[in-house]
Amino acid sequence: MTAARRLSDTFALVLIMIAAWQVLHQIAGSTALPAPLPTLSYLVHNVATERFLTNAAATLLAFSFALLIAYALGIGIGVWMGAHRLSGAVGEPILVALYSLPKIVLYPVVLLIFGLGISGKVAFGALHGTLPVALLTMGAIRAIPPAYLRTARALQLTPWQTIATVLLPAALPEVFTGLRIGFTVTLLGVLLGEMFASKAGLGSMIMTDMSLAQSEDMVTVAIILFAFAALANGILLWIEHRLHRRV
Amino acid sequence: MTRIGLIRLAVIVAAIGALELACRIGLINHQTIIPPSDMAAALWTLIGSGAIDADIARTLGMITLVIALSIVVGFAAGIVIHALPRLRAALDPFFATYYAVPVFIFYPVLIAIFGLSVMPIVLIGVATAIVAMIISTLNGLDRVPRVLSKVGRVHRLSRIKTALTLQLPAAAPYLFTGVKLSVSYAFIAVIAAEFILSPAGLGRDIADAYADFNNRRMYALILFLLIIATIVNAALHALDMRFAARRSGGRP
Repeated sequence: MTAARRLSDTFALVLIMIAAWQVLHQIAGSTALPAPLPTLSYLVHNVATERFLTNAAATLLAFSFALLIAYALGIGIGVWMGAHRLSGAVGEPILVALYSLPKIVLYPVVLLIFGLGISGKVAFGALHGTLPVALLTMGAIRAIPPAYLRTARALQLTPWQTIATVLLPAALPEVFTGLRIGFTVTLLGVLLGEMFASKAGLGSMIMTDMSLAQSEDMVTVAIILFAFAALANGILLWIEHRLHRRV
Repeated sequence: MTRIGLIRLAVIVAAIGALELACRIGLINHQTIIPPSDMAAALWTLIGSGAIDADIARTLGMITLVIALSIVVGFAAGIVIHALPRLRAALDPFFATYYAVPVFIFYPVLIAIFGLSVMPIVLIGVATAIVAMIISTLNGLDRVPRVLSKVGRVHRLSRIKTALTLQLPAAAPYLFTGVKLSVSYAFIAVIAAEFILSPAGLGRDIADAYADFNNRRMYALILFLLIIATIVNAALHALDMRFAARRSGGRP
């Protein structure tokens, strides 16, 4: 009963937001902000176009590479700084400081190093995602009970075996939180990169739409990105809750 | 300074020194990165010339405005939402996903609606920063012990006095988390918006210098923003430490 009521309340809020969108449309005019209903029908039509599919594929490719690099680097740094006490004590404040910097100002530097193509976007996305993954992995490794490590030593496991069979399984739920946040932040990084300087991808598509006053296109791309990110986050959250419950 | 602090300083100095050396001996091309000492020198002349004063004022002013709006309106919205449990339950799914979706992608839509002015930047900044403040306010109000309102009643305090002298201090650590997050989101959103499309501002300056291949100016501006962001973050961190020390009764 309460769950049903909560769901209907949330649904009512969505309706209110769509109504607000309609009002904003009346004020701003069709060229700036299309009405909700035409946008919805346009969305169905837009998804099938070649232009959208090519750009979505470009973003997805860059995002996948960026995510792989961010995860590999982040987990690597996190395990190292979590397991090695001195490195962690020295490195953590540096990572935290880097994490809170507005990394967008470094994008020109990334572009000068990696060029305007896909590698620039990938590097920028990875730059965003690596730090949260590293910080949360480090925290997770540090929170492992020392008894586990003593057991590993008693069993005379090699450092590699210790990482693979003791450290990572014990730290998995928290590491997964890092992976979820890394996912979000990497996506934002790739999209920001595309919005600033790129000829391919959904971020650049939105910027082109804006300069051509194609607001229907623009809004539908934004909605699709929202839906993708929200869905992915929902799935990752679900896995995360299951992992936390298992421990 | 502690031994770990010394090692940290050495690591940072070594990293900057290595970059300087790599640039000086030509390992890194000057068209890619200029030596850090040149960046500092370029920043010194740039600030001395007064050429970026207007942009500094504009960008920092905008960030301050976004922070102020987000904190005040976000705090008020948090109190209202906390008082309405049904609304809060309905909003929960939105709060849970808000920072998972790239809200920034709506910046071009805002430009299409409001034109290329201050408005889209302030709106995207507030949209990014305010939700962190709302969520933190809700968290803080949740953590206020119920007994405090009873204490207020025992001492015959008015409702407002109870809120100000008992409940607000109890929620303060969470509110401060909200303030910290809002500040950092405001920086990111305003500078990113200026950088991507804006009539003026430091972000726009960096983008222009990049387009003109004016590396000295570009690196000077980047260095400037990084220094400002670091100072602000360090100040907030120091405040946080002081609050934590006071809460634990002076013990570290």
